[in-house]
Amino acid sequence: MIGLLQNLVDAASLGSLYALAALGVGLLFGILRLVNFAHGDFISIGAYALIVPSFEVTAQLFIGTWSWWLMIPTITLIVVIVALISDALVFRPLRRASAPTLMIASFAVSYVIQTGILLVYGARPKAANLWAGLDTPLMVGDVRVPLLQVITIVATLVLMAALTLFLKRTRYGTMMRAAAEDFRMAQYLGVRGDFVIGLAFAISGVLATAVSLLYLSQTGTLSPTMGVPLALFAFVATVIGGMGSLLGAVVGGFVVGVVVIMLQAYLPADLRAFRDAFAFTFVILILLVRPSGIIRTRALVERV
Amino acid sequence: MTEPLVPHAARASLLRRYWPLLALCALISAIVAVGSLGSEQMQVTMTEMLIRLIVVVGIYLFIGNSGILSFGHIGFMCIGAYAAAWATVDPAWKQMMLTGLPDFLQQNQYGFLPAVAGGGLLAGLVALILGTAIMRLSGIAGSIATFAFLAIVNSVYSNWESVTAGTSSIIGVPNVVGPWVAWAFAIGALVLAFAFQVSRWGIMLRASRDDEVAAKSSAIGVVKVRLIAFVVSAVIAGVAGALYGHFLGILTADTFYLGMTFVTLAMLVVGGIGSLTGAVTGVLVVTLVVELLRHLEAGVPIAGSTVHLPQGSQEIGLGIVMALIMVFRPTGLTRSREVPWPFTRRARRRKMEVAPAR
Repeated sequence: MIGLLQNLVDAASLGSLYALAALGVGLLFGILRLVNFAHGDFISIGAYALIVPSFEVTAQLFIGTWSWWLMIPTITLIVVIVALISDALVFRPLRRASAPTLMIASFAVSYVIQTGILLVYGARPKAANLWAGLDTPLMVGDVRVPLLQVITIVATLVLMAALTLFLKRTRYGTMMRAAAEDFRMAQYLGVRGDFVIGLAFAISGVLATAVSLLYLSQTGTLSPTMGVPLALFAFVATVIGGMGSLLGAVVGGFVVGVVVIMLQAYLPADLRAFRDAFAFTFVILILLVRPSGIIRTRALVERV
Repeated sequence: MTEPLVPHAARASLLRRYWPLLALCALISAIVAVGSLGSEQMQVTMTEMLIRLIVVVGIYLFIGNSGILSFGHIGFMCIGAYAAAWATVDPAWKQMMLTGLPDFLQQNQYGFLPAVAGGGLLAGLVALILGTAIMRLSGIAGSIATFAFLAIVNSVYSNWESVTAGTSSIIGVPNVVGPWVAWAFAIGALVLAFAFQVSRWGIMLRASRDDEVAAKSSAIGVVKVRLIAFVVSAVIAGVAGALYGHFLGILTADTFYLGMTFVTLAMLVVGGIGSLTGAVTGVLVVTLVVELLRHLEAGVPIAGSTVHLPQGSQEIGLGIVMALIMVFRPTGLTRSREVPWPFTRRARRRKMEVAPAR
């Protein structure tokens, strides 16, 4: 029983990270129909921006040593700028391109960013100790809850609430929802397309920063491809949750988190190495049962 | 499709009908003939290019005709490569390292051609099983399902120690694939892909790509034709994998993962996703760009001193070139058209050209 509770806490914390990453992916997909492979690399940039550029194995924190109220906005700014630049240089000229072309273009962006990181920081994984004090466990009954996991879950909830308020209560949020519903119609009604898409890129940058800080403080390692598995699970989460629905992205993120942790905990030892194979088989099964995802959206239903 | 449409088809001669295929085969043969006179490095580059060509043509056969982006084909390549290696590696090594193999593979050593056929067959069989399940998914759901398949293959092949040697990789695969062997298979792949796209099934599948609902209401069994294309293209990818294993001489599961998926899909998109000519063009252009950048990175003597680009500029350069091509030609370098028939007067040609599907 205690084992199960412990696993549930782990699942909620991992699910939060996936949900945040999936939100960033889902937001852009909703408006632009872009499956953004480079989202994982936005996450890597957030982590690498914390340290001094060098080829050393142990990373020297630079911005990472600043106090949090200065550090978080600085890192966010860096990631948002990278996201906006990639929009301006690559995705803006491709507004009318087909979905596969957009996807491959984002692959190319991801490739360039990864190689860029490789050139500046070297290929070897690095150890970095961000927010070491947060490892202390809280005991809730007999369940050991690391403070960091609590912070992860709380930060996710806060960000989601803020995003929801922004989308539902503000003028720009309404514009974004209108653009996600029917981009061309929204433009006819006076929504400026490039502005809304830029805004979506900026928000996905903010979400990526949150993931990179939380993920780095949990794992303590950096590598040029660190964002890739996160982005992959984020896509899967967005699709099984329901492409184009933000609620779906969150639900999908938590589902994937729960599945991964539960497989890790309850698979027989000799099958544990195949955890990802089981997780992705589960993904195919969900897609077969509900091809349009757990939360269905009207925007994706093709009209004849 | 720039295939002469129905009114012209009746008049079109056989030569004209098969013109794109003939032109592409001639182009590839000419490149190999010239390249085989070059250095040893040149031969290696060319062999790798031809194997990639086979993969990309295989991927095109499915994606180009069905309109569903598949990330899974490199998984089929992986399956084909390992299956062929199981057959041709020295039995003594297999008995030591691959203890989980069935006896008929573990105790015996087979020739190259049966091994390649086996690789293609196993890939096709897996595609048949997977495709039966997922071919009714369209659009992004279908793409993610094939992606999940790729992740499953990678996870299984990197961890199943007793059959794939896991991370320590299979060594001693006979190095028998050179430019001419790869050329023969490449021509085969081109013929197969072209035959499919002008066949009844190919035309039905293209109809379902352009308008799924209309195709269904015209009594096209969309799932069935998709499945046929999926299996055929998986067989081609499996064969390409088998060739790649016998070209490298060593096999690791990570060879067949995201990097390869990216390069092959990028080749297809750069060339033009909707035509066989596009697939071939993409492979040639991307290979050319990579080689050019590799040379620049290695250093070029200019006015007595060697000028070279910094390490890693090859990768960044490739990314940038591809992004540029996509920005300026979103439908690919060929605009997804086939090689045009050169002996038509201009006015008539313009009338015959049909706008690409997307």
